Amino acid sequence: MRTSHRESLAAWAFAAPALIVIALFFGVPVFAGLALSLTDFDIYALADIGNLRWQGWNNYVHVLSLPLFWQALGNTAYFVVLGVPLSIALSLAAAVLLQSKLVRFKPLLRTALFAPVVTTLVAVAVIWRYLFHVKYGLVNYTLQHFGVDPIDWLGDPHWSMPTIIGFAAWKNFGGNMIIFIAALQAVPHDLYEAARLDGARSWAQFRHITVPNIAPTLLMVAILTTAGYFQLFAEPYVMTQGGPLQSTVSVLYLMYDEGFKWWNLGLASAVAFVLFVIIVAVSKGLIVLQRRLTGEGA
Amino acid sequence: MKRVFVNGLLWAFAGLAIFPLVWMVCVSLMPAGSASTLPPPLLPHDPTLVHYRALLGDGGLKRAFVNSLGLAVVSTLMSVSFNTLAGYSFAKLRFRHRERVFGLLIAALVIPGQVAMLPLFLMLKGMGLVNTWMGVLIPSMAGIFGIFLVRQYARGVPDELLEAARLDGAGEWRIFWNIVLPTLKPVLVTLAVFAFLGSWNDFMWPLIVLTDGEMHTLPVALAALSREHVQDSELMMAGAVITVAPVLVLFVALQRYYMQGLLMGSVK
Repeated sequence: MRTSHRESLAAWAFAAPALIVIALFFGVPVFAGLALSLTDFDIYALADIGNLRWQGWNNYVHVLSLPLFWQALGNTAYFVVLGVPLSIALSLAAAVLLQSKLVRFKPLLRTALFAPVVTTLVAVAVIWRYLFHVKYGLVNYTLQHFGVDPIDWLGDPHWSMPTIIGFAAWKNFGGNMIIFIAALQAVPHDLYEAARLDGARSWAQFRHITVPNIAPTLLMVAILTTAGYFQLFAEPYVMTQGGPLQSTVSVLYLMYDEGFKWWNLGLASAVAFVLFVIIVAVSKGLIVLQRRLTGEGA
Repeated sequence: MKRVFVNGLLWAFAGLAIFPLVWMVCVSLMPAGSASTLPPPLLPHDPTLVHYRALLGDGGLKRAFVNSLGLAVVSTLMSVSFNTLAGYSFAKLRFRHRERVFGLLIAALVIPGQVAMLPLFLMLKGMGLVNTWMGVLIPSMAGIFGIFLVRQYARGVPDELLEAARLDGAGEWRIFWNIVLPTLKPVLVTLAVFAFLGSWNDFMWPLIVLTDGEMHTLPVALAALSREHVQDSELMMAGAVITVAPVLVLFVALQRYYMQGLLMGSVK
């Protein structure tokens, strides 16, 4: 293929503004962050760069020896392990229900189900705080009718994370729902017809036709949602400030506190890279798991 | 029977999803203090706009609203321009290392933005851009995901169209402006909706970069307000409505484009 000089010149000129922005303000900082994580960059270095010292892997060793890091990792894992399946289950349930031929007003329902996704997190967190208010909240008021004693949702370390998980699931399930709707539409219709003739009930159809056919989408959604949920930050920042008893401090929350509150930028960078490695490892793990599961099925 | 069950389930589901938003509007119209009574009221008995007046007057959220709007508009214009040019270039123009550069960009998608956040802050500090509009805008000026969306869409533009224009002696810029851009309209709207919502809803970066209260965006100002006014639930609800309403309206008006973008992004 002949590439004209003029065309390739134009190509670079067109791509240049975006590429320069990305290289300069994303590429460079990523590598700088790696370097930063190997130094003791703190408030003294911020004042005078002469105070900066090379630390090697010390920051990483330090991070891994911090009890608060393990607590934050545990909290984040709790959020991921419960939050991802819950979100995906809600997304899939909503998508399957919306696919049903029996349903009317589909566009209206779809918009209502999707609306939480586009809302501003800080604003809807404010709403949730009042819904889950221990004294005047509607949730406790409703539960009281079923004989449940008032629960201090955001003030009790046992309930704070579950409440945040519920919030995240409510806020996010609509996004994956749209992706599932598209995947469901691509499942060949005659498969369901054949199953119906064989007398398969709804649940059996879902289990043996729907799930296998959307398995690749399911895996992709699981990976993207997991990676996203590991980056938990704004929810605890707005709803609980990491409390009570540090029960909602996430890894990213720890990074923010260390970096922008205490200005331990070297240590905070190490936290960021540890999180990055964990996300990559878990994503890879999910892919391997899926291969093994489908390998057995075949 | 099954029809009633499926419909009922779905309406209940959608009702739960939308309930907090409806309730937010109701409480925002109640006089101060009336939401903190038992049983919790659902509807305002005598609706009042007093909280909106307080928040949109001086010293409330008016400034933050203007800041957010301005930032969202500028960031949308910039990112749509940059991403469209680059996406078209990667889709349709032939140049050396094109596939390699694009592959690199896609590989970089797995890196969470937070990894770059601390050094970027230091860089901007060195450049004197902390606490400036430019500082907030910089990370949103161009994005790999946006380039990817445009590239997917622009690949559908027939090569014959471009070659014919070249034979007629049209320059590359004129081809882009007169021939390609009109066909990209749908994806431009998608990109714009994403960029606007992303900028409007962003919390962590403006929180870090904008230290001056006068420059706060709506989410940052609302978070600060909610730490001061923990007890004033009606006032806070009005603040939430002011923050959420613009993006909800925009979404409802342009949801077709938004959902299309979501789907294009998922076929990676």
